[in-house]
Amino acid sequence: MLKNISTIPFNGTEQQRTKLMEVIESHKDDPGAIMPVLQQAQEIYGYLPKEVQIMIAEGLNVPVEEVYGVSTFYSQFSLTPKGKYNISVCLGTACYVKGAGKLIDEITDRLGIGPEECTEDGKFSLTACRCIGACGLAPVLTVNDEVYGRLEPEDIPEILAKYN
Amino acid sequence: MYRSNVLVCGGTGCTSSSSGEIIKALEKEIKARGLENEVEVVKTGCFGLCALGPIMIVYPEGSFYSMVKVEDIPEIVEEHLLKGRIVKRLLYQETVDGDNIKSLNETPFYAKQRRTALRNCGVINPEKIDEYIAMDGYKALAKALTEMTPEQVIEEIKASGLRGRGGGGFPTGVKWSFAAAQPKGQKYVCCNADEGDPGAFMDRSILEGDPHTVLEAMAIAGYAIGSNQGYIYVRAEYPIAVERLQIAIDQAHEYGLLGENIFGTDFSFDVQLRLGAGAFVCGEETALMTSIEGNRGEPRPRPPFPAVKGLFGKPTILNNVETYANICQIILNGAEWFSSMGTEKSKGTKVFALGGKINHTGLVEVPMGTTLREIVEEIGGGVPGGKKFKAAQTGGPSGGCIPAEHLDIPIDYDNLISIGSMMGSGGLIVMDETTCMVDIAKFFLEFTVDESCGKCTPCRIGTKRLLEMLEKITEGNATMEDIDKMEELCYYIKENALCGLGQTAPNPVLSTLHFFRDEYIAHVKDKKCPAGVCKSLLQYSIDPDKCRGCTACARVCPNGAISGKVKEPHAIDTAKCIKCGACMEKCKFGAISKG
Repeated sequence: MLKNISTIPFNGTEQQRTKLMEVIESHKDDPGAIMPVLQQAQEIYGYLPKEVQIMIAEGLNVPVEEVYGVSTFYSQFSLTPKGKYNISVCLGTACYVKGAGKLIDEITDRLGIGPEECTEDGKFSLTACRCIGACGLAPVLTVNDEVYGRLEPEDIPEILAKYN
Repeated sequence: MYRSNVLVCGGTGCTSSSSGEIIKALEKEIKARGLENEVEVVKTGCFGLCALGPIMIVYPEGSFYSMVKVEDIPEIVEEHLLKGRIVKRLLYQETVDGDNIKSLNETPFYAKQRRTALRNCGVINPEKIDEYIAMDGYKALAKALTEMTPEQVIEEIKASGLRGRGGGGFPTGVKWSFAAAQPKGQKYVCCNADEGDPGAFMDRSILEGDPHTVLEAMAIAGYAIGSNQGYIYVRAEYPIAVERLQIAIDQAHEYGLLGENIFGTDFSFDVQLRLGAGAFVCGEETALMTSIEGNRGEPRPRPPFPAVKGLFGKPTILNNVETYANICQIILNGAEWFSSMGTEKSKGTKVFALGGKINHTGLVEVPMGTTLREIVEEIGGGVPGGKKFKAAQTGGPSGGCIPAEHLDIPIDYDNLISIGSMMGSGGLIVMDETTCMVDIAKFFLEFTVDESCGKCTPCRIGTKRLLEMLEKITEGNATMEDIDKMEELCYYIKENALCGLGQTAPNPVLSTLHFFRDEYIAHVKDKKCPAGVCKSLLQYSIDPDKCRGCTACARVCPNGAISGKVKEPHAIDTAKCIKCGACMEKCKFGAISKG
């Protein structure tokens, strides 16, 4: 899938680097290590900037191209940083026919960011996700781990206000 | 022994509407009244009626409380659990019949269902293996290992007529016999739990509500084909399912039901979890195996088929979660029992995830051959808001839209294909008159373009071109010739794409073109979207006879497109209108229309 690549400068800490190196070390000899290492690297950094992908490639002794190939293939991997509050709007079919697209428009109008983007203050990011399986509550969105269901665009300001 | 059991749904749908907090509140209130030794709270899997979540059932009465709120808990505990008086006002109203309370099985939602694959969902606590064993759990495995030869197991499954529930409908027993026929050596049993079809959640509910049935069935499959290792490839987006599967695997190990020498025989079997990272194409069998191996999940040409050369190059069988959920019942009750349900060529039951514009969204399991009308109108309770049914979409991005005139078709694999759709994994999305069929086709194409792995040209470029043509139509820039070209491209992609994703990607376009061609023509010729969805084609206008000149619309318009004097009819400047619809929502007199 097509992915946005972050232009925000990388500012990983030494502590994060040490953690990543430990992860790489523990998977070094496993066949098919790229996926689990990327999954854990994303937990450490919150996203997968190219600097991290290069570290992984060097650590696992595989071409960067291969790491990049896997990281851009799966939608779970994010190449842009997430905001403090990540708003994820479900665009599964059930939510779509019940107007999930309008929820995204409303959020974009209010926050000035589109899907896969983050507000400049780093507070909110927006993602359009595939079905989270709560079709009975369609349309659904989540803010971090909090689920909001049976929504109308008018509900958006109230939800956003909770995090301001 | 407890005198009362309170079952609370802990599936994703109800968890999302705070069933976790309800369980906590229940436990607190029960303790406060000293009832903790008399009343047990059980967190179960999905009951199916997700629209009314969070759901709670109190036994022995079988009282079905719906849309329970934390504030209701003290009353339910005090009145019902302490004093034995059912709180009628909080019951699912379909179960209330004057002074009497009906059983759940008499309500329209459950009456026509036959829960086979879902038999334990919403009944047992999925995190306790003992409850599964009490429901004849692991009895089928014991029977297979001690009373049947591997050949007999395969013959039984073949005779049952069970076909793959993931969508393709390949006979399961035949698949197993191919892998069994391979020379002895390392073989694998895989479970496809990468339910990527947006709007489908059958497999998730089975994994969350009854994880052991999948493990047991995989072990039976392992015995049948001569494999000692299973893999479950499950979506990382299903955290509850992943957690319960892991608990189930650990418990099965502890009880010796997985691991070395199961039931004292020389059969050993183990299961490992592999998390997907979100790629729809990984639902395709060869792509799924490439992904388990840690690579980009790209499919590869077949043959060789996985039964010959699959995971890590070894003979492998891959079945879907719902397919496995039927296996133990077939072994226990016999092939004849299973094949007595369903139609001539599609046996057993099928689980559907009902969603979209329907009253009872949720999970339903019906015998094959049930008509779409029974599912939509009787079980699903019809379309809400007095709107008209327009189409039911089955098969997700690989399927098609079924219009009202085919509502009476008995659902089975072959009938659905004959009307241009497919069974798919069981997502069933209902659409009403406010859904634009061109827009829906575009929605699915956006999905496939996004999910196309890029390996083969017909899919990578073909679906993109197809999407561009659909965009042209929804923007009002297409000609009738474009529709013909689009149709031609659809057939080209179907014939030439490498895997199932590409081969079925044009189905949403073809089926809507077939059944709703007039809507396409309206977009192209009249430059109109009959459902009022496609923004570029919308025109808002004010009916001067109805407008009272209250100025509400002019004040709400974000672009200053509405003008008019107070108490005189207003007008919209279409050049300035951005078609946001705010004026229409604001108008109290119904004077503004779109079309």
